[in-house]
Amino acid sequence: MPMAAAEGISPRFRTGDRVAVRAAYPIGHVRTPYYIRGKHGVIERLCGAYGNPEELAYARPGLPKQPLYRVRFLQREVWAAYEGNPADTVDVEVFQHWLEPY
Amino acid sequence: MAHDHDHPHEHDHRQGHNQPHRHPARPDQDDTITQWRAMEIAVRELLIDKGILSAEDVRRQVEEMDNRTPLQGARVVARAWTDPEYKKLLLSDGNAACEALGMEGGPYKLVVVENTEQVHNVIVCTLCSCYPRWLLGLPPDWYKSRNYRSRAINEPREVLREFATAVPDQVTVRVHDSTADMRYLVLPKRPAGTEGWSEEKLAALVTRDSMIGVAFAQNP
Repeated sequence: MPMAAAEGISPRFRTGDRVAVRAAYPIGHVRTPYYIRGKHGVIERLCGAYGNPEELAYARPGLPKQPLYRVRFLQREVWAAYEGNPADTVDVEVFQHWLEPY
Repeated sequence: MAHDHDHPHEHDHRQGHNQPHRHPARPDQDDTITQWRAMEIAVRELLIDKGILSAEDVRRQVEEMDNRTPLQGARVVARAWTDPEYKKLLLSDGNAACEALGMEGGPYKLVVVENTEQVHNVIVCTLCSCYPRWLLGLPPDWYKSRNYRSRAINEPREVLREFATAVPDQVTVRVHDSTADMRYLVLPKRPAGTEGWSEEKLAALVTRDSMIGVAFAQNP
């Protein structure tokens, strides 16, 4: 997306790419929920580029902006005991620096 | 005042109040200055003292916030039910679709997810209470509860059952966790038996809960 590129960080992923969420546990204001850390999902869409909340939370500029994605996970891969339809999903907004190719 | 209950009440009226009292008055919650209340007051007073905002600005914003209701969202949904071109716009650019009806586009990017015969969508913000306030007003208390925020994500079908919303097993449930800069609106399924209805009449069937995804739109 031009929006992200203009800020210096190019999107690494495209819709449909498989990604892994980093299994990292830093201290501070982090928007990546625990329940998807270390899990695998698929890029649903690129949402644009947004200030990094891990910086913004401490009154820093949060720049360069980070590409933000919606990542789709299968519920049965996120929760071992999930009892619903095996096709059920959860979509989560995840910043690029939390994602790795998988 | 601490008040023992192991004595008759009749004698205890020497302190100038004439009402018989059986229990100590519960303290008003707005008497409790928590850290965040103190912070809000301090920041608000500083902004006003420095001339950045006026007390009137603050009052008006609170009033505007309280005046937003799910009726805005219902208008958007009813238009999408009756106008295929508008529905296309709503699903591709939610903010532009709000503006197209003369409403505010909103301060966040709006993602609209459509319920179909195959898919039922549910919105949650597991971190706090992110919500498309410009379309739905303030979120209900249950939306902010730990119970909903934790269970909507890992047992959504059980939560839907508690909301009396029976999603068939073969329909895919998609939960959307509003963790960052998007805000979400569910486009509910148009109820059967509403063919030829006007937008106004349809909008009355579109409830707040149906736009969060914990319910269906009302049947006629």
